[in-house]
Amino acid sequence: MSRKAGPSRLEHALRPWRRANRMARWLVIAGTVITLVFAVLAVFADQIAPYGQDQYRYEVAGAPVDDDGDPVLESIPRRAEPGAGFPFGTTSARFDVFSRIVHGARVAFGVVVLSTVVAMGIGVPLGLISGYRGGRVDRLLVLVMDAVYVFPPLLLAIIAAFVLKEYLDPGLPSAAVAVGAVYIPQYFRVIRNHTLSVKQEPFVEAARSLGAPPRTILGRYVFFNVVQSVPVIFTLNAADAVLTLAGLGFLGYGVPYPQAEWGLDVSRAISDVVSGFWWTAFFPGLAITLLVTGLTLVGEGLNDIVNPLLRVRGYTGKVPARKEPTAEATRESDDEDITDLAKTGVV
Amino acid sequence: MTASPSAGVGRERNVSVRDTDVVLEADNLSTYFPVRTGLLGGGSGAVVKAVDRVSFDIRRGEVFGLVGESGSGKTTLGRTLLKLVDPTSGAIRYLGRDLAPLSEREMRPLRRELALIFQDPNASLNPAMTIVQGVGHPLRIHGITSSRAQTRARVAEMLERVGLSPAENFLDKYPEDISGGQKQRLVIARALITEPTFVVADEPVAALDMSVRAKVLELMLDLQRDLGLTYLFITHDLATARFVCDRIGILYLGQLVEWGRSDTLFDDPQHPYTRALLDAIPLPDPGRRDRDKRLPRGEVPDALHPPTGCRFHPRCPEAFEVCGWQGADLIDFLEDRWTTVDADTFEAESAATGPLSGVEVSRYAVRFPAADASHLLPLLRDLRDARAGRVFSAVDDVTEDRGGVAVTFRDGPEPALQPVAGRQVACHLHGVVAREDSEAIA
Repeated sequence: MSRKAGPSRLEHALRPWRRANRMARWLVIAGTVITLVFAVLAVFADQIAPYGQDQYRYEVAGAPVDDDGDPVLESIPRRAEPGAGFPFGTTSARFDVFSRIVHGARVAFGVVVLSTVVAMGIGVPLGLISGYRGGRVDRLLVLVMDAVYVFPPLLLAIIAAFVLKEYLDPGLPSAAVAVGAVYIPQYFRVIRNHTLSVKQEPFVEAARSLGAPPRTILGRYVFFNVVQSVPVIFTLNAADAVLTLAGLGFLGYGVPYPQAEWGLDVSRAISDVVSGFWWTAFFPGLAITLLVTGLTLVGEGLNDIVNPLLRVRGYTGKVPARKEPTAEATRESDDEDITDLAKTGVV
Repeated sequence: MTASPSAGVGRERNVSVRDTDVVLEADNLSTYFPVRTGLLGGGSGAVVKAVDRVSFDIRRGEVFGLVGESGSGKTTLGRTLLKLVDPTSGAIRYLGRDLAPLSEREMRPLRRELALIFQDPNASLNPAMTIVQGVGHPLRIHGITSSRAQTRARVAEMLERVGLSPAENFLDKYPEDISGGQKQRLVIARALITEPTFVVADEPVAALDMSVRAKVLELMLDLQRDLGLTYLFITHDLATARFVCDRIGILYLGQLVEWGRSDTLFDDPQHPYTRALLDAIPLPDPGRRDRDKRLPRGEVPDALHPPTGCRFHPRCPEAFEVCGWQGADLIDFLEDRWTTVDADTFEAESAATGPLSGVEVSRYAVRFPAADASHLLPLLRDLRDARAGRVFSAVDDVTEDRGGVAVTFRDGPEPALQPVAGRQVACHLHGVVAREDSEAIA
């Protein structure tokens, strides 16, 4: 490929973004900023968190040394209020809430990424095949997927987690697979329906008339015209996955204690709330809400951008040329220009 | 005039064509589509005969035009010839080899030699591929080029050839970046890049502006001369067909009604349908304003229940007794008549026939069970004697029948193609020749 090919393709990929309306772009930007903050927490958890996720004692400079030469550790205070040493307070198990939230971000992101890989890896190829082949394969797959889809997500995740106990140790991977199983039908449905419509496009028949085998048609002609809906499902599902993971953790089917996970922390903090220690439940809950909001904003924004039908006229990224209100302009203008003309006082 | 292929040049090429050199031959080719009915899609066994026992041949180097109204099956026929739609019966002989029994897998290597140019350039290019990828893809599919640089060079050469120059400006663009006329040039480039022998062009200029049309047509004819192509040119526009085609086949409801050299067809059409189509061509001549255009009446009939006998007979201005009149035509006649008579006549006549929805209609008979025989009998006999409608030419008898009135019809065979004045015509006006493979009428 020549040097020109690279930038031209990047430019092509970014075109929907530039054509999107301002609102959609702001949704995406706001959502991305929130999500990125959590992503940074997740990636650099060890550097950012002052304590480990299940650390209840800490080293103090100049502390006396015990018999083995190790420094004597100071215990983290129980149920300390949010303050200087512990910005979000501490729990009754002497854990630092802020550190647990930072480490919880890592679990949340790990599960989102892994569950998406599982859901996409199964849902997208099956959707493509089902939509393109049609017939009995399609009917069978739709039946199976619909059967899975009728379960409430959380219930399905619990069942999946229960089944997975037999094969996987409880922890991040098993929680991720349990969450991922919930979203397979969503990818499947969207991709299958989109494939059904793209399959009817003349360029697919053109590919056949050129002698392309089905695999090439599916890979080069159908897939690349269907794949644009994946980011939308991904971001919306990611938000949902965070909630499902928290729900699993809350019910005790997610990652095992004392690993930091927001849902789990909220669940363990319920009794604290009654006794007046609000911070142990509040901050994990806030983290869940913020991340879900961020991901949803990205998803909704992307939905507007990728689905051109929702694009609002007038925000095409170009400044429309103003016509002089002459007789000619009146004749030439169609209904698109009615607003323009209304402004200039012709209509 | 000599360099550019005008209408005249286009037709004169035919002179050098050897009659025996047949590239593609359709032999009794049919394509039926099953009609799905009911919730479970079980099907009633009904079929739409999109292409019905069509035979013709296309010679090397010629442009064969396939003309018909929408719904005539011309696109399906074009696709069937390329095996993009499987034929129900009959043979497609490409250079003597029957394509009909070949599987999709066996067809794939042959697709290098059989190309298709689409009607709508906006939809027939993959929006996710750059131009060099899209146009060059056939080369990679058939393993003609082995490296990207090679493909790029070939695509650039082809783009220059179809008039997209400098090619370097187009190679890395996406289809959405260029105009409709340019896209159609791309579609042509993509179809011809594998150097095919036979090209089906399915209304290649129908979606283009008038100004771009002529240029694309000239390009297609230029390429035909340079690359030695054979075209099947599908169009609904006889004026375009006259400009580009050496021979023309007129398709009506899936059957060829007339085919032959385009000049003989245009100068002296022998089938009433061809005449009607030619009359429909608008000419900028004020003297012709009030001429009698013998345009076909009504719409193309339902392909699911095509008329018996000659399929054109209900709309034909010259249909007579053997054309295949049937019960349904009488009902159509009555409904048509009632839109023209005054209200009193309508009241009286509709009271005499009883409700038309209760009438029993079959191929050879119509029975009005709720009729008032004392009024209907004389009415129908008068209409028959007055030849009020062409349908009465085939009415055999009007009788009283079990309290109602029955009308019986004469037999009307399906017309077969017969040679008339240097072309093939399927019309009883030139002598009643029944199709041997005529279906048994239920």
